[in-house]
Amino acid sequence: MQDFLQHMINGLSLGSIYALIALGYTMVYGILQMINFAHSDVYMIGAFAAFYTARILGIENSPGFSTLIILLISSMVACSLLGLAIERFAYRPLRKAPKLNILITAIGVSLLLEYSSQILFGADPKVFPEIMQDSVLAEFGLVQLKISDITVLGVSVVAMLALNYIIQKTKIGKAMRAVSVNARVASMLGVNVNTVISMTFVVGSSLAGIGSVLVGMKYPKIDPLMGMMIGLKAFVAAVLGGIGNIMGAVLGGLLMGLSEEYVVAYFSSTYRDALAFGILILVLIFRPSGLLGKSSVEKV
Amino acid sequence: MSLLQVENLNVYYGAIHALKGISFHINEGEVVSLIGANGAGKTTTLRAISGLVDSTGGMILRGEDLQKIPAHKRVLHGLAQSPEGRGVFPQMSVQENLEMGAYSRKDKEQIKKDYDYCLTLFPRLKERLWQMAGTLSGGEQQMLAIARALMCKPKILLLDEPSLGLAPLIVAQIFDIIKTLNSQGMTILLVEQNARMALKAAHRAYVLETGTITLEGKGSDLLNNDDVRRSYLGV
Ligand SMILES: Nc1ncnc2c1ncn2[C@@H]1O[C@H](COP(=O)(O)OP(=O)(O)O)[C@@H](O)[C@H]1O
Ligand SMILES: [Mg+2]
Repeated sequence: MQDFLQHMINGLSLGSIYALIALGYTMVYGILQMINFAHSDVYMIGAFAAFYTARILGIENSPGFSTLIILLISSMVACSLLGLAIERFAYRPLRKAPKLNILITAIGVSLLLEYSSQILFGADPKVFPEIMQDSVLAEFGLVQLKISDITVLGVSVVAMLALNYIIQKTKIGKAMRAVSVNARVASMLGVNVNTVISMTFVVGSSLAGIGSVLVGMKYPKIDPLMGMMIGLKAFVAAVLGGIGNIMGAVLGGLLMGLSEEYVVAYFSSTYRDALAFGILILVLIFRPSGLLGKSSVEKV
Repeated sequence: MSLLQVENLNVYYGAIHALKGISFHINEGEVVSLIGANGAGKTTTLRAISGLVDSTGGMILRGEDLQKIPAHKRVLHGLAQSPEGRGVFPQMSVQENLEMGAYSRKDKEQIKKDYDYCLTLFPRLKERLWQMAGTLSGGEQQMLAIARALMCKPKILLLDEPSLGLAPLIVAQIFDIIKTLNSQGMTILLVEQNARMALKAAHRAYVLETGTITLEGKGSDLLNNDDVRRSYLGV
């Protein structure tokens, strides 16, 4: 039982990171009906931005709350700018082109980022700065609450609440919802659709930036291909929840994290990554629109 | 001078020449109907005016060249539309839909007045303020689409087939609203397949056939025109 609880904490912490990244996939899909394959590399760049910020400021070995905040901000800013640039220069010129063109472009941008990062940063893994002392905050029997897990959960919850506030309450959030349903009508009512799309990339990319710092804290090795597997899992999480659906991405991410943790704990770690593909296949067969998605089958 | 002057308007969808150089105008305070069969280019005309499709030709609204104004800014110049198929935001409440109508406006007090006005005009909406727009009936959605357009505080209201798919009783209500709005000074461009109702409601009307305006005149004259009677009124 205590085992089970411990794995639940670990799984939720992992799952909330998947959720943060899945939100970026799902928001961009909601607004442009495209899979932004470069999203996982925006995430990777976020980790490197935090890495170099820490190095320049000399705070690689000074864990604490202020380091966390500084690195989160640097990563979010870098990811936002990159997301903006990708949308502006790679996707926007293709807005009216067939969907396949933009999909292939997204894959191209992804490869470009991965391999130019290998040249720029080197292919070898780097050790991520220490953000929080990895000690145990509290113990209940055999169940440990680690500071890193609490931080991950706390930061994720704050980020998701902020996102929810932006989408539900702010003007730009309402505009995002309007554009995702009917861009034509939104623009007729005075919504600048390009601005809304840019802001969607900013928000989605910032969340990926947050995710990258949290992952760096939990598994402190970063490299230019670090986005591939986690990006794929987050993408599956978004599909599982129902792509385009914000709550779906959160739910999908948490389910993904929990099931991965339990599979590794009770079966074998061999299946850690196979699980994602298994879930993807099952969803595509039995519920292509995802758990919370509209029941109509989307054309990609 | 007319409120909206359209001159030699052309629209292409790829190889399809959807509007072949049409010209028309709308004077302040008028209801002008644009009637025509399915596929004639009525929606395309409204889309061109709203800037939602690329077009060539002149479109002058109150002395301003609409072609120079991006789509999302035209609302500031007095243009609002209730689009084909209503286009309400189904996952937003009635109230949020109405708020979206005032998206570009900053005159908070006047917005509040217009909001109250819309709800007196459409009491059905007032009862359903918190309901998701997607759960409204077709008629209620049409009312919401018109109310949302009114929240833009337009100088000219574009209505794309507001009667489509509605029961006769609701259609009559919608046309009553059109009459009321016009009597209070609203200029309206009404696009309809329901030619009889549209011609009755209109001061003037134009007949659109496959991208070309073939007839124009007073609503009452067109109602008695033999071609119109044969092609559009089924008599
Ligand atoms: N998005 C589009 N792409 C290609 N052709 C279109 C598109 N929209 C309309 N058309 C064509 O343009 C013509 C006019 O359509 P439309 O303006 O919708 O007519 P109406 O509103 O009078 O029924 C039709 O032949 C229609 O098939
Ligand atoms: Mg039409």
